[in-house]
Amino acid sequence: MSQSYNRGLIEDFGRWREFSAGMWAWIFHKFTGWVLVGYLFTHIAVLSTALAGDAAYTNTIQTLESLLLVRILEVGLLAVAVFHILNGMRLLMVDLGIGLEAQDKSFYASLILTGAITVASVPTFIAGAF
Amino acid sequence: MAERYSSFRPGGRRWLWQRITAAFLVVVLAFHFFLLHFIYHADEVTFALSSARMESWAYYSLMILFLVTATFHGVNGVYNALINQGLKGTKRTIIKWTLIVASVILIVQGVRTANAWAGITILPF
Repeated sequence: MSQSYNRGLIEDFGRWREFSAGMWAWIFHKFTGWVLVGYLFTHIAVLSTALAGDAAYTNTIQTLESLLLVRILEVGLLAVAVFHILNGMRLLMVDLGIGLEAQDKSFYASLILTGAITVASVPTFIAGAF
Repeated sequence: MAERYSSFRPGGRRWLWQRITAAFLVVVLAFHFFLLHFIYHADEVTFALSSARMESWAYYSLMILFLVTATFHGVNGVYNALINQGLKGTKRTIIKWTLIVASVILIVQGVRTANAWAGITILPF
């Protein structure tokens, strides 16, 4: 039988001060996952305006893209997606047993890289909104 | 030992498929963002441009596969997260079927939209 130990109820978010890097990675991955699946449903709903015809679709997308708030939300979505991708790659490595001893460092690297990619993408994401 | 909930089942296929779809999505989601924000730009989107991309069978198939894998990965992720929070019994069954129905609606709606761009009229609605 495999060994087990009392890890407590880790889903108790009230204990957040005790969380280690791996626990934060788990929480961020879960949070970004919820945002992405929520966005997926919203995304298909907005794109479905294509079913109402050419003009309806083009007008809907161009009106949404003319709003600064939408552009800012898109930057947020990029940050969420990039973190989920990078931390997801980290999780696949952890599952394969690769780099287990550096799993905290790879979480910090995911955060830093997410920040860098997001900041570098802001000009492109905001272009034409003003 | 404290009560422990886990969505992981030894030998389970859902866990494996979550990883297989993850490996695919890492590449395709990055491609999707790059193509539609850096090569094309969000404020230049028109029906004609979306149609031009979707009329390519390679792009159309990739996007349908993207829709199906993203839906599975997202909805299965939500289901696993809820199980890890202690979801069980009748509530678990109700939520499972609600998520399955929501997934089917999302995929059907996504395929209908892709077909509208590609000019495909296979579905009778």
